[in-house]
Amino acid sequence: MVVLDAAHGGADAGAHGATGVVESEVVLSLARLARFELERQGLRVVMTRQGNENPSFDERSATANAQRGAIFISLHVSSTGPAGTARVYSVAMRSGALSAAQPSLLPWDQAQEPYAESSRRLAELVQIQLAQKFRGSPEVPSAAPVRQLRTVAAPAIAIEFSSVAVQDRSQLDAMGPALAEAVARAVATFRPFYEEGAK
Amino acid sequence: MSRRVKIAIAVLVVAVVIGAFYFPKLRQRVLRMSRPERTEEQARREVVQPPIATPTDVKVKAKIFWASPVAAGALEPVEIELPLSADAVQRSKQLINALIADAPSPEQRTLPADATLLEFYLLADGIAVADFSDTLSTETPSGILSEQMTVDSIARTLAANVEAVRRLKILIHGQEVETLAGHLDLSDFFPVRAEAKPPAPASPAAPGGKAPASGLTPPGAPGKLGH
Repeated sequence: MVVLDAAHGGADAGAHGATGVVESEVVLSLARLARFELERQGLRVVMTRQGNENPSFDERSATANAQRGAIFISLHVSSTGPAGTARVYSVAMRSGALSAAQPSLLPWDQAQEPYAESSRRLAELVQIQLAQKFRGSPEVPSAAPVRQLRTVAAPAIAIEFSSVAVQDRSQLDAMGPALAEAVARAVATFRPFYEEGAK
Repeated sequence: MSRRVKIAIAVLVVAVVIGAFYFPKLRQRVLRMSRPERTEEQARREVVQPPIATPTDVKVKAKIFWASPVAAGALEPVEIELPLSADAVQRSKQLINALIADAPSPEQRTLPADATLLEFYLLADGIAVADFSDTLSTETPSGILSEQMTVDSIARTLAANVEAVRRLKILIHGQEVETLAGHLDLSDFFPVRAEAKPPAPASPAAPGGKAPASGLTPPGAPGKLGH
């Protein structure tokens, strides 16, 4: 099960480009394309939004947390950075992070912490794929305290494309097929690792 | 050579001489006029945030972290001479104000030009609380990369120049906010200086990213990718 999160939506349009490129619209169309490709590979896909609505961070997390064995991928477009590149983020550990010795009840705000290592692994696999497809992208993922990822109780990553500063939105839309293929391949590689970890 | 040609040449020579004196001044005026934003911005800053001077100020070479002009998405330290206070709070304020106001170029900015540091507190355990105006949130370009560069530039500038700061908390207009500009989580502290870690607990971490049983995910359920 893959939960695809097209960031922003509704009144929150996200990043705006000078030529009218709007992050919330681009990521929704990228998510739809990725969904098609992942379903073609036999995976079940759930999206956190279908249209121009704006679920809260917690509602998006709840969509993932309600699934068994999900992975969560949040899609973004940046305001800055070299055009045509993609960066993958896993969550940076918060201060006072949970250890394995913590009791079994997991605070909502720290839901991601037990999954930090598997999220980092997933981020590596996706970043390697994206670096091959989008020249200039980093070869290793980054860690950042991305708010959306913090409350997801599953392996979770954010992918950010550069950028809304492109002249034409079609430049970002054209990244969709390669994104979908990269995510599908990375998920296929991640799957045995994830399932092994659960045994 | 006729008299008229001689007069024309003389007029041209005079015009060239006058031009030679006048052109540099004209150029300076044009350059000044081409930077209205900088002038307005400076004027605003002088009203809103006058420069901080303390009796213990000493001119030192401070390392300020701005965006790299060559490596996209990276920060780069720039050494500039600044009068810095011996008092850690005043020193931190001086550094953050320099980070906002003295970027070598607009492209290297990591904080919006109109952002204002409203207050800065330093607790005994090295926790710094920086309270910024709303502008930090509303004018930082939205995106994980840009928001992370904003926070990193503050944290790394403090780390390089203020010994006492260990961790950083960012407030917007006195309030804790969920994100900086839609992405980066501001609810927690950002590490500034590595702290000595206590020995790790004996219990091993979940191997291979194995998810422990939790109240959110039923035991045994995670890790199986559904079809």
